Amino acid sequence: MALPFAISAMFLAVRQPQGVLLARFIIRRLFLSLITLAILLIIVTLIPNIAPGDPARKIAGGTASPERLAEVTESLGLNDSVPTQLANLAKSVFTLDFGESFSVAAGEPVMDLVWTALGNSAKLVVFALAIVVPLSVLGGLIAAYKKDTWIDRMIVNTGLAMSSIPEFVAGVLLLAFLAVPISFFKVQGNAPDGSGILTQLQHLILPALAVLMVYFGYIARITRAGTIQALESDYARTAFMRGLSTRNVFRKHIARNALQPTVAVLGTQLGYLFGGMVGLEVVFNYPGVGSLIIKAIDRADYPVLRAGVLIVAIIYMLATLTADLIVAWMNPRARLDLGSE
Amino acid sequence: MSDNTTQPEFDDLTPTDNVLSAIEDVKAATRKQVRSEQIRMLLRSPGFIVGVIVVGFWVLAAVVPGLLTTWGPKEFVDSAPPRTAPPDGGWFGTDKIGRDVYSRVIYGARPILIVAPLATGIAIVVGTFLGLIMGYYRGYVDEIISRVIEAILSIPVILMAILVVFTFGQSRPVIIGTIAVLFVPAITRTIRSAAIAEAQLDYVTSAKMRGETGLFIVSREILPNVTGLIVVELTVRLGYAVFTYATLAFLGIVTTNVTDADWGIDVSQNYEAIVSDIWWPTIFPALAIASLVIGVNLIADSVDKVLKS
Repeated sequence: MALPFAISAMFLAVRQPQGVLLARFIIRRLFLSLITLAILLIIVTLIPNIAPGDPARKIAGGTASPERLAEVTESLGLNDSVPTQLANLAKSVFTLDFGESFSVAAGEPVMDLVWTALGNSAKLVVFALAIVVPLSVLGGLIAAYKKDTWIDRMIVNTGLAMSSIPEFVAGVLLLAFLAVPISFFKVQGNAPDGSGILTQLQHLILPALAVLMVYFGYIARITRAGTIQALESDYARTAFMRGLSTRNVFRKHIARNALQPTVAVLGTQLGYLFGGMVGLEVVFNYPGVGSLIIKAIDRADYPVLRAGVLIVAIIYMLATLTADLIVAWMNPRARLDLGSE
Repeated sequence: MSDNTTQPEFDDLTPTDNVLSAIEDVKAATRKQVRSEQIRMLLRSPGFIVGVIVVGFWVLAAVVPGLLTTWGPKEFVDSAPPRTAPPDGGWFGTDKIGRDVYSRVIYGARPILIVAPLATGIAIVVGTFLGLIMGYYRGYVDEIISRVIEAILSIPVILMAILVVFTFGQSRPVIIGTIAVLFVPAITRTIRSAAIAEAQLDYVTSAKMRGETGLFIVSREILPNVTGLIVVELTVRLGYAVFTYATLAFLGIVTTNVTDADWGIDVSQNYEAIVSDIWWPTIFPALAIASLVIGVNLIADSVDKVLKS
């Protein structure tokens, strides 16, 4: 995901001295990501090893037969030494091979399950973002433009209230108040097999609305703050004084600066959208990564659980990385933070 | 320091001492005044009042649920059959096996109001301690822990919680400990950066010159100056803890007696019936969760605003 930016950055590096800073920023940022990944692998390896008692027994249940217990221990990888476990896990991440599923789909490669679920999650995330981002940014711009009026307060306060409730609560409220009375809204997030794209989107509307409820206030608030800061800046005042129309000031001067924080937030939230919306996926019975992880827990399938969590974490890292790079590209000053240290 | 011997007139330090202690008094007085002014502002902000009323109601429900209900959470209502809609089946109707939904909502406040504050309290204590020490001393230990914190923050809390609870068991102490541990990184990061900023200020430098120990500087000089931040962090994290526990309960990762009242569990047990238009056993506990989270967040938001003004 970061590759196009890295390449374009190298181009910049050749063309102008500014680019050197950007290149240094990128290298440092990539290095930090690698360290984060390494620490993550260590933590995930350690968790079953430091669990008190016998985690295998807890997972398999008190009445499990010795054979079953041995299987679970094996699936946790607890028969190997900790360094071996860590090495195996690292190998799994880099080869994207997490072995075979233990019980969710016994014998199938774990990654097959994860890829399918990721595909579904991606569909939901892309569709939801296509609705959420324009609406929320618009809300933020309106709030900034109408600063300190009742419209501003309404947008900020309802947004804040809605974004603090858990996704599954938003989901069940939508089910009760939209899906049941209005048949256009579908209860199932996933359309029946072989449905056309429009039917699929129709099924995705409610989950996307739930995402909107959760994120509207968050994104709107950040856009609002960024816009107000930009509007009150000297360069915006100068532009207004030069007689540019509001529209032009906005396009040429404000958008770039005001949207930076929004981009940064989107980056950090992308990973969350992929794997953190577990409750939402469960409510709408949507077969994404979250549902896969819950299924893995129900069936005590540790290999699937671990792969799901790790892949989400990696997506999360890549998304934050990309957002950081975009922000650095948009705002030369941001490069200084990391680049010159 | 050796100058003292050549300037005997400075030996008589009594007046200076008086002046110093007078300045201290003024300082203490202004600090007290600021505090009381802040509290007055809080009590005047509508968000704070609404938040306190809502949260106060749920605390009351958690402490003395019997006072607010006629039925127990596991009792079957004699006056109405199962799945009776409100108002015939009581204020909130009856659920699929004939229990009073209102009573279950009231009793359901207890588990979440035990877990969330405990987890937040532990996380705040540990996070503040780590943040202050790391921010004041810096060095390579700080560098290492900072990287670990970043790594933990790179997984959605809910997923990490699922992973830990799955391997450690689903008992209540494990849930509390997990939420606490997962909240420590974010708190540590906030307090650490505040401590770094404070450590560069003159009052810390002069404390160092006086020869105070690091422990004294951290606990008596820096800590009082970051209490505002800690209070904000505490309220914000409490909201997240409620959020996280409710979600874990909904996902079925919390073991309690199956029949115990718990908002998240009740939602998960009943939401599939919404499609058959039996919405009340789901919607009321769901609204209870929403109101508690929003109430806590209103308080957090007002506290934050007042401390920043």
